[in-house]
Amino acid sequence: MLIVHIIVTLFLGTGLFFTLVGSIGLLRFPDLYTRLHATGKCDTLGGGLIILGALIYHFFQYSGVPLVPAKLIFLIIFIFIANPTATHALMKAAYKTGLKPWRLGEERR
Amino acid sequence: MALGRREEMKLKKNGFRIFLTFCIMAIFWVLLSGIFDMFHLISGLICCNLVSLLSHDLLIKGKSEKNLLKLLRLLFYIPWELWQIVLANIDVAYRVLHPKMPIDPLIIEFDTTLRKDFSLTTLANSITLTPGTVTILVKPERGRFWVHALSKKSANALIVDQTMQKKVAHVFMEKQVQTETHEVFE
Repeated sequence: MLIVHIIVTLFLGTGLFFTLVGSIGLLRFPDLYTRLHATGKCDTLGGGLIILGALIYHFFQYSGVPLVPAKLIFLIIFIFIANPTATHALMKAAYKTGLKPWRLGEERR
Repeated sequence: MALGRREEMKLKKNGFRIFLTFCIMAIFWVLLSGIFDMFHLISGLICCNLVSLLSHDLLIKGKSEKNLLKLLRLLFYIPWELWQIVLANIDVAYRVLHPKMPIDPLIIEFDTTLRKDFSLTTLANSITLTPGTVTILVKPERGRFWVHALSKKSANALIVDQTMQKKVAHVFMEKQVQTETHEVFE
Protein backbone atom coordinates (compact mmCIF):
# COMPACT_ATOMS: atom_id res chain seq x y z
CA MET A 1 0.00 0.00 0.00
CA LEU A 2 2.87 2.34 0.81
CA ILE A 3 4.40 1.97 -2.66
CA VAL A 4 1.06 2.84 -4.27
CA HIS A 5 0.81 5.93 -2.07
CA ILE A 6 4.30 7.03 -3.10
CA ILE A 7 3.57 6.55 -6.80
CA VAL A 8 0.23 8.37 -6.53
CA THR A 9 1.86 11.25 -4.66
CA LEU A 10 4.55 11.46 -7.34
CA PHE A 11 1.98 11.67 -10.13
CA LEU A 12 -0.13 14.26 -8.28
CA GLY A 13 2.95 16.31 -7.42
CA THR A 14 4.26 16.38 -11.00
CA GLY A 15 0.79 17.24 -12.28
CA LEU A 16 0.46 20.07 -9.78
CA PHE A 17 3.94 21.35 -10.68
CA PHE A 18 3.10 21.55 -14.39
CA THR A 19 -0.28 23.18 -13.74
CA LEU A 20 1.46 25.75 -11.52
CA VAL A 21 4.07 26.41 -14.22
CA GLY A 22 1.25 26.91 -16.73
CA SER A 23 -0.37 29.50 -14.45
CA ILE A 24 2.92 31.32 -13.88
CA GLY A 25 3.50 31.32 -17.64
CA LEU A 26 0.04 32.79 -18.16
CA LEU A 27 1.05 35.70 -15.92
CA ARG A 28 4.65 36.16 -17.11
CA PHE A 29 4.52 35.73 -20.89
CA PRO A 30 4.11 38.90 -22.96
CA ASP A 31 1.13 38.32 -25.28
CA LEU A 32 -1.80 36.05 -26.09
CA TYR A 33 0.08 33.70 -28.41
CA THR A 34 2.91 32.96 -25.97
CA ARG A 35 0.48 32.66 -23.07
CA LEU A 36 -1.42 30.02 -24.99
CA HIS A 37 1.85 28.11 -25.34
CA ALA A 38 2.06 27.88 -21.55
CA THR A 39 -1.56 26.95 -20.86
CA GLY A 40 -2.11 24.68 -23.86
CA LYS A 41 0.79 22.38 -23.05
CA CYS A 42 1.06 22.47 -19.29
CA ASP A 43 -2.65 22.03 -18.59
CA THR A 44 -2.81 19.01 -20.88
CA LEU A 45 0.00 17.09 -19.20
CA GLY A 46 -0.74 18.44 -15.71
CA GLY A 47 -4.43 17.52 -15.84
CA GLY A 48 -3.60 14.17 -17.38
CA LEU A 49 -1.09 13.32 -14.65
CA ILE A 50 -3.47 14.34 -11.85
CA ILE A 51 -6.23 12.15 -13.29
CA LEU A 52 -3.72 9.31 -13.74
CA GLY A 53 -2.82 9.57 -10.05
CA ALA A 54 -6.48 9.43 -9.06
CA LEU A 55 -6.92 6.44 -11.38
CA ILE A 56 -4.09 4.45 -9.79
CA TYR A 57 -5.30 5.27 -6.28
CA HIS A 58 -8.86 4.21 -7.06
CA PHE A 59 -7.69 1.03 -8.79
CA PHE A 60 -5.71 -0.20 -5.79
CA GLN A 61 -7.94 1.19 -3.05
CA TYR A 62 -11.33 -0.18 -4.10
CA SER A 63 -12.04 -3.74 -5.18
CA GLY A 64 -14.73 -4.80 -7.64
CA VAL A 65 -15.26 -4.02 -11.31
CA PRO A 66 -12.93 -1.11 -12.20
CA LEU A 67 -15.61 1.09 -13.78
CA VAL A 68 -14.35 4.39 -12.40
CA PRO A 69 -10.75 3.84 -13.65
CA ALA A 70 -12.12 3.03 -17.10
CA LYS A 71 -14.09 6.27 -17.10
CA LEU A 72 -10.99 8.15 -15.97
CA ILE A 73 -9.01 6.68 -18.89
CA PHE A 74 -11.64 8.08 -21.26
CA LEU A 75 -11.37 11.42 -19.46
CA ILE A 76 -7.60 11.51 -20.10
CA ILE A 77 -8.06 10.65 -23.77
CA PHE A 78 -10.68 13.37 -24.24
CA ILE A 79 -8.53 15.97 -22.46
CA PHE A 80 -5.60 15.13 -24.74
CA ILE A 81 -7.79 15.61 -27.80
CA ALA A 82 -9.85 18.61 -26.67
CA ASN A 83 -7.14 20.77 -25.11
CA PRO A 84 -4.94 21.28 -28.20
CA THR A 85 -8.08 21.78 -30.29
CA ALA A 86 -9.33 24.54 -27.98
CA THR A 87 -5.87 26.16 -28.00
CA HIS A 88 -5.88 26.05 -31.78
CA ALA A 89 -9.36 27.62 -31.91
CA LEU A 90 -8.27 30.53 -29.69
CA MET A 91 -5.10 31.02 -31.75
CA LYS A 92 -7.04 31.03 -34.99
CA ALA A 93 -9.58 33.53 -33.66
CA ALA A 94 -6.79 35.86 -32.51
CA TYR A 95 -4.90 35.54 -35.80
CA LYS A 96 -7.99 36.19 -37.91
CA THR A 97 -8.88 39.32 -35.91
CA GLY A 98 -5.41 40.59 -36.79
CA LEU A 99 -3.69 40.55 -33.41
CA LYS A 100 0.01 41.18 -34.01
CA PRO A 101 2.34 38.68 -32.35
CA TRP A 102 4.85 39.99 -29.84
CA ARG A 103 8.42 40.21 -31.17
CA LEU A 104 11.62 40.21 -29.15
CA GLY A 105 12.45 43.66 -27.81
CA GLU A 106 8.90 44.97 -27.78
CA GLU A 107 7.06 46.03 -24.67
CA ARG A 108 4.90 43.40 -23.00
CA ARG A 109 1.16 43.80 -23.36
CA MET B 1 -29.26 -14.56 -58.92
CA ALA B 2 -31.25 -11.82 -57.28
CA LEU B 3 -28.27 -9.87 -56.03
CA GLY B 4 -25.31 -9.00 -58.15
CA ARG B 5 -21.84 -9.72 -56.87
CA ARG B 6 -21.25 -6.06 -56.27
CA GLU B 7 -24.37 -5.58 -54.19
CA GLU B 8 -23.52 -8.62 -52.18
CA MET B 9 -20.10 -7.18 -51.35
CA LYS B 10 -21.67 -3.87 -50.40
CA LEU B 11 -24.16 -5.54 -48.11
CA LYS B 12 -21.38 -7.50 -46.48
CA LYS B 13 -19.38 -4.34 -45.85
CA ASN B 14 -22.40 -2.50 -44.46
CA GLY B 15 -23.19 -5.43 -42.21
CA PHE B 16 -19.67 -5.34 -40.83
CA ARG B 17 -19.95 -1.60 -40.22
CA ILE B 18 -23.25 -2.00 -38.40
CA PHE B 19 -21.80 -4.78 -36.29
CA LEU B 20 -18.70 -2.76 -35.36
CA THR B 21 -20.75 0.33 -34.46
CA PHE B 22 -23.05 -1.85 -32.39
CA CYS B 23 -20.12 -3.36 -30.50
CA ILE B 24 -18.59 0.04 -29.70
CA MET B 25 -21.96 1.42 -28.59
CA ALA B 26 -22.65 -1.60 -26.39
CA ILE B 27 -19.24 -1.37 -24.70
CA PHE B 28 -19.81 2.32 -24.02
CA TRP B 29 -23.28 1.64 -22.62
CA VAL B 30 -22.09 -1.01 -20.20
CA LEU B 31 -19.11 1.08 -19.15
CA LEU B 32 -20.94 4.33 -18.55
CA SER B 33 -24.11 2.95 -16.98
CA GLY B 34 -22.44 0.48 -14.62
CA ILE B 35 -25.76 -1.21 -13.85
CA PHE B 36 -25.89 -4.89 -14.72
CA ASP B 37 -29.54 -5.93 -14.21
CA MET B 38 -31.64 -7.37 -17.04
CA PHE B 39 -33.86 -4.35 -17.67
CA HIS B 40 -31.03 -1.86 -18.18
CA LEU B 41 -28.89 -4.22 -20.26
CA ILE B 42 -31.74 -5.11 -22.64
CA SER B 43 -32.99 -1.55 -23.07
CA GLY B 44 -29.40 -0.47 -23.72
CA LEU B 45 -28.91 -3.14 -26.34
CA ILE B 46 -32.14 -2.14 -28.09
CA CYS B 47 -30.99 1.49 -28.20
CA CYS B 48 -27.55 0.46 -29.51
CA ASN B 49 -29.21 -1.59 -32.22
CA LEU B 50 -31.43 1.30 -33.32
CA VAL B 51 -28.59 3.79 -33.38
CA SER B 52 -26.21 1.52 -35.25
CA LEU B 53 -28.87 0.69 -37.85
CA LEU B 54 -29.70 4.34 -38.41
CA SER B 55 -26.25 5.91 -38.34
CA HIS B 56 -23.68 3.21 -39.07
CA ASP B 57 -22.06 5.33 -41.78
CA LEU B 58 -21.21 8.18 -39.40
CA LEU B 59 -18.69 6.50 -37.13
CA ILE B 60 -16.84 4.36 -39.66
CA LYS B 61 -16.68 5.80 -43.14
CA GLY B 62 -14.59 5.58 -46.24
CA LYS B 63 -12.86 2.56 -47.64
CA SER B 64 -11.94 0.36 -44.71
CA GLU B 65 -9.22 -1.62 -46.45
CA LYS B 66 -6.10 -0.73 -44.52
CA ASN B 67 -7.76 0.78 -41.46
CA LEU B 68 -6.45 -1.93 -39.15
CA LEU B 69 -2.84 -1.34 -40.22
CA LYS B 70 -3.34 2.41 -39.78
CA LEU B 71 -4.70 1.85 -36.28
CA LEU B 72 -1.68 -0.32 -35.44
CA ARG B 73 0.71 2.36 -36.72
CA LEU B 74 -1.21 4.99 -34.74
CA LEU B 75 -0.73 2.89 -31.60
CA PHE B 76 3.03 2.93 -32.23
CA TYR B 77 2.94 6.67 -32.91
CA ILE B 78 1.21 7.55 -29.61
CA PRO B 79 4.10 6.64 -27.20
CA TRP B 80 6.51 8.79 -29.23
CA GLU B 81 3.95 11.61 -29.11
CA LEU B 82 3.57 11.23 -25.33
CA TRP B 83 7.34 11.50 -24.89
CA GLN B 84 7.30 14.65 -27.04
CA ILE B 85 4.57 16.08 -24.79
CA VAL B 86 6.75 15.53 -21.72
CA LEU B 87 9.69 17.22 -23.46
CA ALA B 88 7.42 20.12 -24.48
CA ASN B 89 6.30 20.64 -20.90
CA ILE B 90 9.86 20.64 -19.57
CA ASP B 91 10.77 23.13 -22.31
CA VAL B 92 7.90 25.47 -21.41
CA ALA B 93 8.64 25.11 -17.68
CA TYR B 94 12.28 26.10 -18.33
CA ARG B 95 11.25 29.15 -20.35
CA VAL B 96 8.65 30.23 -17.79
CA LEU B 97 10.83 29.84 -14.72
CA HIS B 98 14.06 31.25 -16.21
CA PRO B 99 14.51 34.81 -14.86
CA LYS B 100 15.35 36.26 -18.30
CA MET B 101 12.55 34.39 -20.12
CA PRO B 102 14.44 33.18 -23.24
CA ILE B 103 11.74 33.50 -25.91
CA ASP B 104 11.93 34.92 -29.42
CA PRO B 105 8.54 34.21 -31.04
CA LEU B 106 8.06 33.88 -34.79
CA ILE B 107 5.42 32.60 -37.17
CA ILE B 108 6.32 30.08 -39.85
CA GLU B 109 4.32 28.84 -42.79
CA PHE B 110 4.82 25.54 -44.57
CA ASP B 111 3.13 23.12 -46.95
CA THR B 112 2.54 19.44 -46.42
CA THR B 113 1.36 16.83 -48.86
CA LEU B 114 -1.26 15.54 -46.41
CA ARG B 115 -4.85 16.00 -47.58
CA LYS B 116 -7.16 13.81 -45.47
CA ASP B 117 -9.07 15.36 -42.57
CA PHE B 118 -7.95 12.88 -39.95
CA SER B 119 -4.25 13.10 -40.75
CA LEU B 120 -4.37 16.90 -40.86
CA THR B 121 -6.13 17.00 -37.49
CA THR B 122 -3.57 14.62 -36.00
CA LEU B 123 -0.67 16.68 -37.32
CA ALA B 124 -2.22 19.96 -36.09
CA ASN B 125 -2.83 18.60 -32.59
CA SER B 126 0.63 17.01 -32.49
CA ILE B 127 2.26 20.30 -33.44
CA THR B 128 0.38 22.04 -30.64
CA LEU B 129 1.55 19.50 -28.08
CA THR B 130 5.23 19.32 -29.09
CA PRO B 131 8.03 21.62 -27.87
CA GLY B 132 7.63 25.31 -28.57
CA THR B 133 5.09 25.24 -31.39
CA VAL B 134 1.34 25.87 -31.68
CA THR B 135 -0.79 25.59 -34.82
CA ILE B 136 -2.54 28.82 -35.79
CA LEU B 137 -4.22 28.05 -39.10
CA VAL B 138 -4.65 25.10 -41.44
CA LYS B 139 -5.72 25.29 -45.08
CA PRO B 140 -6.87 21.74 -45.85
CA GLU B 141 -7.03 22.15 -49.65
CA ARG B 142 -3.31 22.81 -49.96
CA GLY B 143 -2.18 21.20 -46.72
CA ARG B 144 -0.73 24.52 -45.63
CA PHE B 145 0.06 25.20 -41.97
CA TRP B 146 0.70 28.44 -40.08
CA VAL B 147 2.62 27.74 -36.88
CA HIS B 148 3.57 30.03 -34.00
CA ALA B 149 6.93 29.04 -32.51
CA LEU B 150 8.52 30.20 -29.26
CA SER B 151 12.06 30.23 -30.64
CA LYS B 152 14.01 29.66 -33.83
CA LYS B 153 15.36 26.38 -32.46
CA SER B 154 11.95 24.83 -31.86
CA ALA B 155 10.76 26.00 -35.29
CA ASN B 156 13.70 24.23 -36.92
CA ALA B 157 12.29 20.84 -35.93
CA LEU B 158 9.37 21.54 -38.27
CA ILE B 159 11.29 23.37 -40.99
CA VAL B 160 14.49 21.41 -41.37
CA ASP B 161 13.98 17.90 -39.97
CA GLN B 162 10.25 17.54 -40.67
CA THR B 163 10.24 14.44 -38.46
CA MET B 164 6.65 14.88 -37.41
CA GLN B 165 5.27 15.32 -40.93
CA LYS B 166 7.07 12.15 -42.00
CA LYS B 167 5.80 10.18 -39.04
CA VAL B 168 2.17 11.27 -39.54
CA ALA B 169 2.41 10.58 -43.28
CA HIS B 170 3.79 7.13 -42.49
CA VAL B 171 0.93 6.42 -40.07
CA PHE B 172 -1.80 7.41 -42.53
CA MET B 173 0.01 6.09 -45.61
CA GLU B 174 0.20 9.34 -47.49
CA LYS B 175 3.28 10.27 -49.38
CA GLN B 176 5.44 13.01 -47.91
CA VAL B 177 8.25 14.91 -49.58
CA GLN B 178 10.51 17.61 -48.19
CA THR B 179 8.68 20.89 -48.71
CA GLU B 180 9.45 24.58 -48.83
CA THR B 181 9.07 26.63 -45.68
CA HIS B 182 9.32 30.30 -45.01
CA GLU B 183 8.92 32.67 -42.12
CA VAL B 184 6.14 35.21 -41.91
CA PHE B 185 6.69 38.53 -40.27
CA GLU B 186 3.57 40.59 -39.87
